[in-house]
Amino acid sequence: MNIMRTIRVALRALSRNKMRSFLTALGIIIGVGAVIAMVSIGQGAKSNVEKRFESMGTNLLFVHAGSRSFRGRHGGGGTYQNLTPNDAKAILERADAVEYVSPNVSTRAQVIYGNKNWNTSIQGAGENYTKIRNWRVEEGIFFDEQMVKSGQKVAVLGSEVSENLFEGADPIGQIIRIKKIPFSVIGVLETKGEAGGWHSRDDMIVIPYTTAQRRLVGRPDRVSSIDISAVSAAKTAEATEQIEEILRIQHKIAPGAEDDFHVRNMADVAESFAESTKTLTFLLGGIASVSLLVGGIGIMNIMLVSVTERIREIGIRMSVGARERDILFQFLAEAIVLSLLGGILGIILGIGGSRLIARIAGWQTLVSMGSIALAFLFAGSVGVFFGFYPARKASKLDPIEALRYE
Amino acid sequence: MENNNLIQLENIKKIYKVGETQVNALKGVSSAIKGGDFVAIMGPSGSGKSTLMNIIGCLDRPTEGKYLLEGEEVSTLDKNKLARIRNKKIGFVFQTFNLLARTTALENTELPLMYSNVPRKKTRDLAYKALSLVGLEGRELHRTNQLSGGEQQRAAIARALVNNPSLILADEPTGNLDTKTGKEIIDIFKKLNEGKHITVILVTHEQEIAQIAHRRIHLRDGQIIKEEHA
Repeated sequence: MNIMRTIRVALRALSRNKMRSFLTALGIIIGVGAVIAMVSIGQGAKSNVEKRFESMGTNLLFVHAGSRSFRGRHGGGGTYQNLTPNDAKAILERADAVEYVSPNVSTRAQVIYGNKNWNTSIQGAGENYTKIRNWRVEEGIFFDEQMVKSGQKVAVLGSEVSENLFEGADPIGQIIRIKKIPFSVIGVLETKGEAGGWHSRDDMIVIPYTTAQRRLVGRPDRVSSIDISAVSAAKTAEATEQIEEILRIQHKIAPGAEDDFHVRNMADVAESFAESTKTLTFLLGGIASVSLLVGGIGIMNIMLVSVTERIREIGIRMSVGARERDILFQFLAEAIVLSLLGGILGIILGIGGSRLIARIAGWQTLVSMGSIALAFLFAGSVGVFFGFYPARKASKLDPIEALRYE
Repeated sequence: MENNNLIQLENIKKIYKVGETQVNALKGVSSAIKGGDFVAIMGPSGSGKSTLMNIIGCLDRPTEGKYLLEGEEVSTLDKNKLARIRNKKIGFVFQTFNLLARTTALENTELPLMYSNVPRKKTRDLAYKALSLVGLEGRELHRTNQLSGGEQQRAAIARALVNNPSLILADEPTGNLDTKTGKEIIDIFKKLNEGKHITVILVTHEQEIAQIAHRRIHLRDGQIIKEEHA
């Protein structure tokens, strides 16, 4: 029998037991749907992370205090407050792969405007902060070198803070109080949006780091970290080396001794996030695959029942000249058609499911062509794999006994 | 002489093993059947009739002996080659009709052609022709459960002859039918034998039906005990 006829015969056999066929395919439908929906969550997180890092700039480097690992343990940034504004200055002057630096002092504080109260992150930064972070000022201006030097009480608001304190009114020129100290608002940053359930990047206020040191933290000689941009993305590795060299000299670290700071570049950070979202995707896909496997076993089960029910039919077909492989293909075709139809419905379910997850949970999901193709292929293979044994069993029947079977 | 024989059986033996014991179903059967003949095989149950039918019908292979069908040695062919021979040269008619359930007479008749890759349209035409030959014109699209016993057996005969075989094997074809319908079925066999020169081999234990055959072979305990010619 040729392929088209085999498929037609398979479709007819399946349509004779519509309910049973549907229930059997349901295992595959749910399996494929789950794989697609789960993988879409992982892929959504991945694309989100990628976009986020892209918007930050790929030539970004951070210097944090504390060694990268301390007695085998990762020492978090800011473990030791040993970075100084002079370190930042030295890097800017001596490292030729570095374009901008911004000494950072971060803290949290209560911010008051009128009767509005908001607890937010306060970022003390240098005048080049927005250039390094690839961030545009939406309204007003950012503070300049002069304002930083003189430690002026000016503030640039993240869009969320502006929204919360001013509720649409123009904040420029208004006075807000950070830890009861009055600051005048000179600008509002563009909205960056939140990323994959992380804290919003727009919920913060930027002030000159000098002001933050003196007024909010009370340590005029220390900064918590230094933001640096390399002259280009390709120069980040070179910049990292230069920064390390300069800081070792600055901090008088003996050759062979461990650094008391660490430099991370955006590419490393992005990579480690990509790694974790990849793990997430595999984990979710793996769990969902189990249900596809269960669906496959369901197909095998029903095909075995079907073969037993149709032994007489198999005998009749053999008596009129069906060869082993005709019978094999007939039953295999039924299993494959069943799982591919299940696969198609599963893809629809998966796409719908991922949209639903996106809407209900507010996560970004991404259904890629690749995951659809993979799920479909997987469903087909499940049909072949789990359909083969029952089909082979059918094809090996003895025609005489099959004809006599009641 | 040999070339004229459609079927030539030489010392056919069939031994079944049931557990430890051996059952000698056929103990050396030799016979020859000419093309265009109408033969009845008779004998009590357990005489080896069915085993002989299965061997002649290429559903089974003899344990020993030679079986030539149209001059070709078929007793040593593998399962797939036997399937080809069943498809091209042999049509079966069974006591219990053995039609596919919940399918139409037409679909049942088309079945042998599906396994010999006859184009779709030609398959349809040949099946309609075969059905009209057995008197089922107008009933082609009825499902098997909507047909009477006699009609079902007619559909089975249509299926047996649709691929233009040289041999039709009928195993108690009237066993499940009333006398009058049985007679009609036998008349169809007669018509096919006389009109289309198809060789018919009929297994029956009804004397009356066997009388129509040109030749009667009596089996008992796995051996031919008597042959009669009309």
